[in-house]
Amino acid sequence: MGKRLTKFTERVIESTLMVSGTFTSVIVLLIILFLFSEGAGLFNQTPMEKGYVVAVNTANPVSTLSPAEFKNVYDAKIKTWKSLGGTGDSIKVFRVDDIAGYYTEEQIGSNFEHLGACISELVAKTPNIIAFFPREYADKDFKGKVISLKKITIGSFISDREWFPTAQPVAQFGVLSLILGTLWVSLAAILFALPLGLATAIYLAEIADSRVRNILKPLIELLAGIPSVVYGFFGLIVIVPLIKNIFHLDVGETALAGSIVLGIMALPTIITVSEDALRNTPRAMKEASLALGATKWQTIYKVSIPYSASGITAGAILGIGRAIGETMAVLMCTGNSAIIPHSLLQPVRTIPATIAAELGEAAQGGLHYKALFALGCILFIITFVINLTVEFISSKRRGGSHQ
Amino acid sequence: MKKSFLLLPALFLLAFVNPGNDITIKGSDTVLPLSQKEAEVFMKKNTGSNITVVGGGSGVGITALIDGNTDICMSSRDLKMEEKLKLKEKNIVQKTIAFDALAIIVHPSNKVDKITREQLEGIFTGSITNWKEVGGADLKIVVYSRESSSGTYEFMKEHVMAKKNYASTVLSMPATGAIVQSVEQTAGAIGYVGLAYLDKKVKTLSVSFDGKTFVKPSMAAAKDKTYPVSRPLFYIYAGASEAKVKSFVDYILSTDGQKVVQEVGYVPVK
Repeated sequence: MGKRLTKFTERVIESTLMVSGTFTSVIVLLIILFLFSEGAGLFNQTPMEKGYVVAVNTANPVSTLSPAEFKNVYDAKIKTWKSLGGTGDSIKVFRVDDIAGYYTEEQIGSNFEHLGACISELVAKTPNIIAFFPREYADKDFKGKVISLKKITIGSFISDREWFPTAQPVAQFGVLSLILGTLWVSLAAILFALPLGLATAIYLAEIADSRVRNILKPLIELLAGIPSVVYGFFGLIVIVPLIKNIFHLDVGETALAGSIVLGIMALPTIITVSEDALRNTPRAMKEASLALGATKWQTIYKVSIPYSASGITAGAILGIGRAIGETMAVLMCTGNSAIIPHSLLQPVRTIPATIAAELGEAAQGGLHYKALFALGCILFIITFVINLTVEFISSKRRGGSHQ
Repeated sequence: MKKSFLLLPALFLLAFVNPGNDITIKGSDTVLPLSQKEAEVFMKKNTGSNITVVGGGSGVGITALIDGNTDICMSSRDLKMEEKLKLKEKNIVQKTIAFDALAIIVHPSNKVDKITREQLEGIFTGSITNWKEVGGADLKIVVYSRESSSGTYEFMKEHVMAKKNYASTVLSMPATGAIVQSVEQTAGAIGYVGLAYLDKKVKTLSVSFDGKTFVKPSMAAAKDKTYPVSRPLFYIYAGASEAKVKSFVDYILSTDGQKVVQEVGYVPVK
């Protein structure tokens, strides 16, 4: 009776584990699918706010414009029609809110009944006007010409240089500066954290005596528990002025500040996991190596590290994941300025910081929202590629050392 | 053993039981300290009520109002045309609860004392890049701004920058406190904060919109409207929630509530 019950309990436990494992994997896959499906909705759409159009006078030869040209026209950086392929007049910029400057309230109507007619009249009589207004007023009686906008493609999304998702009339969705910012900050953080973390792990596992280890290890694990906002604040108050003074810069909020803070945040994870992996090398192997005449350092380099390579890789991947995806700390120290960085000493804007700062105000399902999800997809791909690279390098080392 | 297991889910469910009046207020970080103080005082007086105040920026609050996720939206800017169109069916009520002056702050060592609107527009859109172009030392101008979700950001864009976009080189800080911190420690910095966030470690500039009269930001200047960069702060809510939020909104507009407004550093409505 007892034996049958034990077998039954074992089968129940096995199936529970299998169900929860499958469930977890399916959920992860569904989240990734959700991310990509929301992000993919961005492409082949025009970056004009939904329900709005831009129109010009019918005599104007211009019929299509790129988002960057729109922005520069409304920012008064492009001042004449000539540079856009039209006739040389200066451009008159018009938005719906400007209507009060041309017509009185009675002419427009208290509930905006005559607004469409007023706009239509204004466009028809001003040959150099460019007008931005809700689509409902561009009805069949409209006496102007509606301009089409070049659609967002994957290529233009990735290679355009300006990120102004709330610009009017046309939002600018160019993520090149964001991708480069993320890469600069993350790679610098990894370069800083990985060697230092590995060195500390080796020191703690092999070289330090037990008294030192018993003090340092809990301290390092404590560091892993500090909230990221505190790190961000520390970065803003201590590291940013330090960098400003050391390098004599105009502004201390730079990619370097962000990568130092990220490196410090990734360190405890890398150290703890790698140190545990190194300590699990069997004594027998280490003693055999020492017995054959190897020095302590040769034993560490040729025996302990290759043996614990998979654990060290796991620690590295966890640390890298933290460095790339960390939001709050980077948001406070890097200046969030969407420019293309040429060195570590310039302010940058990273993808996680962009998503964190803007997702709250993006209307659900709108263009800005989809653009942020597309950014999330790009971040996912970057992290995935870096993790694959780390796995590949470590498996090569493992394969190479088995001679 | 079995009984204590049942207790846990019961305790967990208790957390969701909320007796009394629950009001959620979301939105502007500028109005946030004011809402928090008013909510504290109001909850002390009316023990049955429970008010939750969340920041995030005016944009966040307005989106929440459109999606139906909040009772009151606090905003430091007017609704844009597209937002008004989206909120057409909700019969929204917009009440001015206080006025705020937007101070332009620089580092205390900066020799510049006054600035015109056109110069501010040039600085924030990136066409003026050095302090010597506006009468200061030969130092690069470092511009600090809020993120695009902020009502303060939009207000600056509409009223001071004539709707032009900010330069890409502008540094976006996540909160007003971070702007104050950064301007304190950077010699060439310029930023904008609400009057309530000023402290002694930054210097304010006198602003002129007509090029002739320069006014320094202060409570008095904001009250009599001589300071040009001042704006109303709003509470916006759907007509359907009127009954729920009436007591709190009436409290804010009463003499007691307006006294709190003055204490926190904003300008009362009357």
